[in-house]
Amino acid sequence: MTDCYKPRDECGLSSAIKDAATAKMPLVVRGAGSKSAMGRPLGGYAMSLTTERMRGVSLYEPTELVIGALPGTPVSEIDRMLAKHNQMLPFEPMDHRVLFGTSAEPTIGGIVAGNVSGPRRIAVGACRDSLIGVRLVTGRGDVVKSGGRVMKNVTGLDLVKLNCGAWGTLGVLTEVIFKVLPKPARSLSVGLGGMNDTTAIAALTAALGSSFAVSAAAHIPASIGSDSTTIVRLEGSDGSVAYGARELAKLWRSFGRAELIEGDESANLWLRVRDAHWLAQPMDRSIWRLSLAPSKAPHVLADIRQKLGVRYFYDWGGGLVWLAVVGADDAGASVVREAMVNTGGHATLVRASSEIRRRIDVFEPLPPAVLKLTQEIKKCFDPDRVLNFGRMYAGI
Amino acid sequence: MSKIRFTEPNREILARRDSIINDLTRLVDPAGLITSADECRAYETDALTAYRKMPLAVVLPKTTEEVSAVLKYCHDTGVKVVPRGAGTSLAGGAIPSEDAVVLGLSKMNRVLAVNYDDRFIRVEAGVTNLSVTAVVAENGFFYGPDPSSQLACTIGGNIANNSGGAHCLKYGVTTNNLLGVRMVLIDGSIIDLGGDYLDSAGLDLLGLVVGSEGQLGIVTEATLRILKSAEGARPVLFGFPSCEGAGKAVADVIAAGIIPVAIEYMDKAAIEICEAFAKAGYPLDVEALLIVEVEGSDAEMDATLADITAIARANGATTVRESRSAIETAAIWKGRKSAFGATGRVADYLCMDGTVPTGKLSYVLAEISKIVQRHGLRVANVFHAGDGNIHPLILYNANDPSQQSKAEAAGDDILRLCVEVGGCLTGEHGVGIEKRDLMRCQFDDADLAQQIRVRAAFDPRWLLNTDKVFPLDFRCQG
Repeated sequence: MTDCYKPRDECGLSSAIKDAATAKMPLVVRGAGSKSAMGRPLGGYAMSLTTERMRGVSLYEPTELVIGALPGTPVSEIDRMLAKHNQMLPFEPMDHRVLFGTSAEPTIGGIVAGNVSGPRRIAVGACRDSLIGVRLVTGRGDVVKSGGRVMKNVTGLDLVKLNCGAWGTLGVLTEVIFKVLPKPARSLSVGLGGMNDTTAIAALTAALGSSFAVSAAAHIPASIGSDSTTIVRLEGSDGSVAYGARELAKLWRSFGRAELIEGDESANLWLRVRDAHWLAQPMDRSIWRLSLAPSKAPHVLADIRQKLGVRYFYDWGGGLVWLAVVGADDAGASVVREAMVNTGGHATLVRASSEIRRRIDVFEPLPPAVLKLTQEIKKCFDPDRVLNFGRMYAGI
Repeated sequence: MSKIRFTEPNREILARRDSIINDLTRLVDPAGLITSADECRAYETDALTAYRKMPLAVVLPKTTEEVSAVLKYCHDTGVKVVPRGAGTSLAGGAIPSEDAVVLGLSKMNRVLAVNYDDRFIRVEAGVTNLSVTAVVAENGFFYGPDPSSQLACTIGGNIANNSGGAHCLKYGVTTNNLLGVRMVLIDGSIIDLGGDYLDSAGLDLLGLVVGSEGQLGIVTEATLRILKSAEGARPVLFGFPSCEGAGKAVADVIAAGIIPVAIEYMDKAAIEICEAFAKAGYPLDVEALLIVEVEGSDAEMDATLADITAIARANGATTVRESRSAIETAAIWKGRKSAFGATGRVADYLCMDGTVPTGKLSYVLAEISKIVQRHGLRVANVFHAGDGNIHPLILYNANDPSQQSKAEAAGDDILRLCVEVGGCLTGEHGVGIEKRDLMRCQFDDADLAQQIRVRAAFDPRWLLNTDKVFPLDFRCQG
């Protein structure tokens, strides 16, 4: 076990980082650690730092649709507080415990550090789109704020988005502020069975190109369950959801007979999509997440399946592919990255042994000019390389 | 008379003007190089017309490669560059300096690809905002951000200022609708950030570039998300006998879990100005007006509008006028969207752009009225109430130097108030030169120092839009 700083407040966190910077001692930065096995391994660091003792909702104005919290606040606590006013975090963050077999509750700081979103991302944006303000401590120990509590703000550079998805390599978040949304009055799913990937993506594309309040769109191929399921979720007022479901069934007539899925069954289905439930077991399989234009996804999958044993499903209307690779000593990296190379999209190795993550680029390799900018940005936030040094890319 | 300071131009650069122009002729098509005083005058200001500076020269490249060649040359020879879209900045974001080359994107206005299956459009950065929607409208799609200047303003300028518009309450601002950019860095290197898919790889440099006011690089192409239009949209006008009632109605609508696509607010002064110009049928016997627009199927709009109307009446609304035709809808929006132009006909004005927490709207409006009276001027308020982005128009006479400085002082006081109540200096117009010296109200030295370091990571020699955004005396300490 490494020694661990557990600051109670921003001031304590700043002095811990200043000490580490002075001693040039790199820190493993984490929240509750539910995603510690993601990214390049940070073995061999003597010290870690966790924000889990900095918790609590710092600001909540239901009529302004805004909530702020300290980084160590469990996501479930925020969900509960929002639910009291019938509101929600719009981006439906995934819970990585399912994939990683971890138990500690995910913190809101960790969600922001990983820009973690879920199925509703396709309708309302990612975590980074809901995030409107942050406070953070840089690798210099400086306390810096960016954005704020209002949803329209172009005052100065947007360091909010820069730090969302930076995996704690630039600064340690000390407060995060989101815009939130009212919970939809009604949510139901409309599904089709028995379709191959190409037809399924075409059906999802037709749904997403409609104006019927589609808030999620996924395809689970036959290799996952007994039969394939192609589903979209409609959310909104009672009337608009009922109307949308009727119209969508008409729109989908050429694809097959649409079935309605409501209540817990619908909710559980989307939880499974959100958390990539079907790929979690067995735990020794490597898991990839591919982001690409939906129309390209079936071709990429056909290509990969010729060369690798995989289980997979599509979210985001086909724009997000979850992939579990059987065997392959490089987690399938050479095949996956080659299949993606002409799509313009990117692939992230979400789960693999630390031995593989040491050898393989976990995040999409960057072109030289972008890598150079990334290095310069790292240097200006964290010149002594104390914050999660090397977690995203070697040298970052 | 002027409050905004300009730095002394670099005499060494001015002395080299002829040789710089000579070099530029080899880098861009001669038709895209403007050097005569008469023609350069069109570029000496933007929509902050009280300030003017003649540029050293203007280049209007036609390709990303030409942009790259010009930036590399300027970088290697230490010449400043001021990027320009359509020049509609209200904050002076595109105002040149005498020792800078203006790089305008007006000739890069091609649509490169439209893909309805993957729901994106790829355009050159000089394409206007409105023409993006015009291209995809025939297939029932649209582009979300719709700033009031959308007829003229360019996508490049929208990216530089993270522009929003009346409908961003539901559809978000530029940063939420941008999938990727091709961009030229000051050393001439060309990079792609993001693409035709969601969530770019690596650090969110795309998010950083949006709203950076042309200081990190010059965006030459953009991939934008397009959305299917709702089946229908219907605005309703609500007139209130008090500003407080209108403000409370906005808060109550949102608290009831209703997110209309737009909630626009106008006070009495703005109503009178807009009605005189647009003949939109706005009621003249009220203190405040809300335009609330909802979308969806007819049944859905009926249901939502019934809820909203009940809330408005409970807060004292005396006028309720629902649009029943496309013509009525167009008239209602014409009044709102022509607010700035209509105001310009009755007086000169400074348009403020702070954002405040929506719960503080009533308080802020009352304070604004006091501030402007204290400076002996008048104000018209017209703004996006749903997101708290206020646009007080401070009316004055530009031919009276004392009025100009009073208006600027009142504007500063209003923006300080926005920050005090938990808001910010600018919601969608950018800092430019106008609010540069107020940045310290919102940010302390550590905040600004970190922003400046990030800026320097892209442009270490401070050549891009040099004297904008950051206080002039701060840069040296960064």
